[in-house]
Amino acid sequence: MQQIIDRRLAGKNKSIGNRERFLRRHKEQIRDAVRRAVEGRGIRDIAQGEDIHIPRRDISEPVFGHGSGGQREMVHPGNKDFVQGDRIERPQGGGGGGGSGQASDSGEGEDDFVFHLTKEEFMQFFFDDLALPNLIRTTLADTPEFKTHRAGFSSDGTPNNLHVVRSMRGAIGRRIALGSSSRRTLHQLEEQLEALRAQPATPERVLEIEQIEAEIEALRLRLEHIPYLDPIDLRYRSRVRTPVPTAKAVMFCLMDVSGSMDESRKDLAKRFFILLYLFLTRHYEKIEIVFIRHHTQAQEVNEHDFFHATETGGTVVSSALVLMEDIIQARYPRGEWNIYGAQASDGDNWHDDSPRCRDILAQKILPLVRYFAYIQVVEQEQNLWHEYATLADDSENFAIRKAAEVHQIYPVFRDLFKKEGAAT
Amino acid sequence: MSDTYDRRHIGRAASPAEYGGRRHAPPLRTPLPLKERPAARLPAPSDWTFELIEQYHDAIRATAARFGLDTYPNQLEIITAEQMMDAYASVGMPVNYRHWSYGKEFISTEKNYRRGHMGLAYEIVINSNPCISYLMEENTMAMQALVIAHAAYGHNSFFKGNYLFRMWTDASSIIDYLVYAKNYVAAAEERHGIDAVELLLDSCHALMNYGVDRYRRPSKLSLAQEQARLKEREAYAQQQVNEIWRTLPPRVERDEVEREAPRFPVEPQENLLYFVEKNAPLLEPWQREIVRIVRKIAQYFYPQRQTQVMNEGWATFWHHHLLNTMYDDGWLDDGIMIECLKSHTNVVYQPPVGHPAYSGINPYALGFAMYTDIKRICEAPTDEDRAWFPDIAGSEWLATLDHAMRNFKDESFVGQYLSPRVMRAFRMFAIRDDDTEPTLEVSAIHDEAGYRSLRESLSRQYDLGSREPNIQVWSVNLRGDRSLMLRHTQHNNRPLHDSAYEVMKHVARLWGFPVHLESVNAQGNVSRRWTVDPSTT
Repeated sequence: MQQIIDRRLAGKNKSIGNRERFLRRHKEQIRDAVRRAVEGRGIRDIAQGEDIHIPRRDISEPVFGHGSGGQREMVHPGNKDFVQGDRIERPQGGGGGGGSGQASDSGEGEDDFVFHLTKEEFMQFFFDDLALPNLIRTTLADTPEFKTHRAGFSSDGTPNNLHVVRSMRGAIGRRIALGSSSRRTLHQLEEQLEALRAQPATPERVLEIEQIEAEIEALRLRLEHIPYLDPIDLRYRSRVRTPVPTAKAVMFCLMDVSGSMDESRKDLAKRFFILLYLFLTRHYEKIEIVFIRHHTQAQEVNEHDFFHATETGGTVVSSALVLMEDIIQARYPRGEWNIYGAQASDGDNWHDDSPRCRDILAQKILPLVRYFAYIQVVEQEQNLWHEYATLADDSENFAIRKAAEVHQIYPVFRDLFKKEGAAT
Repeated sequence: MSDTYDRRHIGRAASPAEYGGRRHAPPLRTPLPLKERPAARLPAPSDWTFELIEQYHDAIRATAARFGLDTYPNQLEIITAEQMMDAYASVGMPVNYRHWSYGKEFISTEKNYRRGHMGLAYEIVINSNPCISYLMEENTMAMQALVIAHAAYGHNSFFKGNYLFRMWTDASSIIDYLVYAKNYVAAAEERHGIDAVELLLDSCHALMNYGVDRYRRPSKLSLAQEQARLKEREAYAQQQVNEIWRTLPPRVERDEVEREAPRFPVEPQENLLYFVEKNAPLLEPWQREIVRIVRKIAQYFYPQRQTQVMNEGWATFWHHHLLNTMYDDGWLDDGIMIECLKSHTNVVYQPPVGHPAYSGINPYALGFAMYTDIKRICEAPTDEDRAWFPDIAGSEWLATLDHAMRNFKDESFVGQYLSPRVMRAFRMFAIRDDDTEPTLEVSAIHDEAGYRSLRESLSRQYDLGSREPNIQVWSVNLRGDRSLMLRHTQHNNRPLHDSAYEVMKHVARLWGFPVHLESVNAQGNVSRRWTVDPSTT
């Protein structure tokens, strides 16, 4: 039996399972690569794939093979001018030079094995690092939430959406339409009957009257049989799902860049900002990021300077808060913007400044922002922490956390995510 | 047929008794005549349709029948490029167990394909019954015709006819077996964890080339029988291991023990995976079964590794011959024919040594040239041919070709049939590389003095036995640390590659006790030694 089978729709991606195995095996290298990528990327570019380099020797599959040395003879095609007995210089590159037979797949070259990690896989590794709960992963990775709203009426739906007035109106119309011709005939017959009755009775007339009465009876019956309410009369409120209307948000990144913030602490802070950014991208279409760095003075900078420029000096945290408030007042009127703040610091502060920070936050900033998160990237508690801690206890939109490791970052947003998660 | 082969040449054809005596129909002596010329040439648009493929297939089948090509039933399947990459990744098989190395293969194939570094093969054909040929969606009509002729008739008849495939593979049960293997590995992963299974498979893959029986045909089993026998086998295999565990020697006098020092195994074993499966002391039954699965699959691919030139050459010869005949018979349009010939020319291109694209002898080119030349020797022999091939010069080409296809592997095929004319056409030359000499030597070229030595040397080049290091199980230390001794017998003093140490780690993982590898040179001295102790690594 000869046959042609169309397999094209039989499902591709049979190798996805094998690809997962591969990623699983090289998890460590990929995780490192993702870490490096996170360091190198801008906050806005985080949700992209990445090329991963893995050294060849790590993925080689060893088999027994011949090394160089010994005697061997190889036959080659394409002789130009050799004759028997000619002597040739040994090709450079040691014994590997002649080994065209064996070396093909064992990969002697030191080129890295490069492959592309898709966006989804990249985010998966990123989230793994941050120890995000699964529910949060889906909210971050999925399309934005939907809201249902009414959109006219439809002829099918669930009983709880039944629109009684519309349904009854439809029923009346149908009853009128279906019964009109019968009713018209009925009226005519009734008039005839009246006329006949008004005249003296003769046997023919009596017969005619009986006939008309029978017809009237039949028409009455027919009219009575028109249903009062028919399934086709029913009208339901129609509800459609539309994406939540998008709005604008601004995110303030505040970071201490005094000398004590080294690269690893900055990296921690960066992930903290990225996480907030990712959260915001799922909820707002337009997001602006304002970077404010501070030591004794605060200034607004671009992203590169924010993460990479180092400065030394003391620390006055309130300067950043003051600048943030100024910027909000100048550029982001509260009615139009959803304002989020994220502050990272090592907790160092000018001693007298910490109470002032608390006051600025409590009185000026927290009333303006939807959420303000603070992480301290070292364990040691100093006065800034204490001041913030008292404030965090009785503010709903203020969260603080200490995070010395990346996986400790997430809990600072827990309330934020929880709140949003409950709303959907 | 037995009088047509010449025992003076290298390599002896197998007699039917050696492969179980399955008989095949005798080959045609001359092609059958064309029944009637087609009324019109087949339509020749560049896009294919199912109806067109069917029409072409019918024409190709009819033409192949004229030459008496004996094939398994054909099953043509249309697949997409992605599916082709999937198939690539799992060594061409439609089902296979999961392993990261297939993922690696897939990733690199995909990357090369997407960047345009590499075209995909036009087809993949599976040695199964019915014979499955994958045709790629992207191919033009001409390419589909070429692929059908090449795979569904060329490769297919080779799979069915060649003695190695008849002896070593079971076309009717391979898909069943792979399904079984996939399910078994998946179940093992579930029970024992992905990591444990992955490590085991890594180790087995490292020894895959040493997991073949070279002299015994494996038994033929269906999926159902395989499963039914599994439990029995597991229990039995575990008992057998007790040989190594037996710590109480039979009561004998002490000096007698030392004098007799029983060897285990009694004779060196070349199938390392088989030895591991049956004798490794610490393996669990499921691990033995996985070793067995890898071994079986290695065995299935063993003939393919030995018949590259013959197999590809045969398929190329036949697509060329069938399409040309169809053109002459009035089936094929000029445009289709030109496109086929263009692809054919690309396939048989042999870049000369030193060319950037050179990577050894192109098996398609060599095989095609040799079959074509055999046909020529039969039909129009020269004096040289009569001197070299007295037995086939002037004989019927169909029968001679059929004999050549059935009864050889690359090594013996080259040894038997490589003609001076082909050597001249390829301008072959041999280079001897001796590490005791400062320079390489051109030992033979395509001239009267060099033909025989060239042919011998090329034949050796295709001998798996000399291409792969000869490593065998030498002994197991039954009385001491249960260590396993492997022995590498050097061929022409060629040493082992440094990756041997990595492979030995895999052997040690399978064996569970220390393993040693000795490399023995021609003088019988151990020139190098590797030892891996699993308890310390």
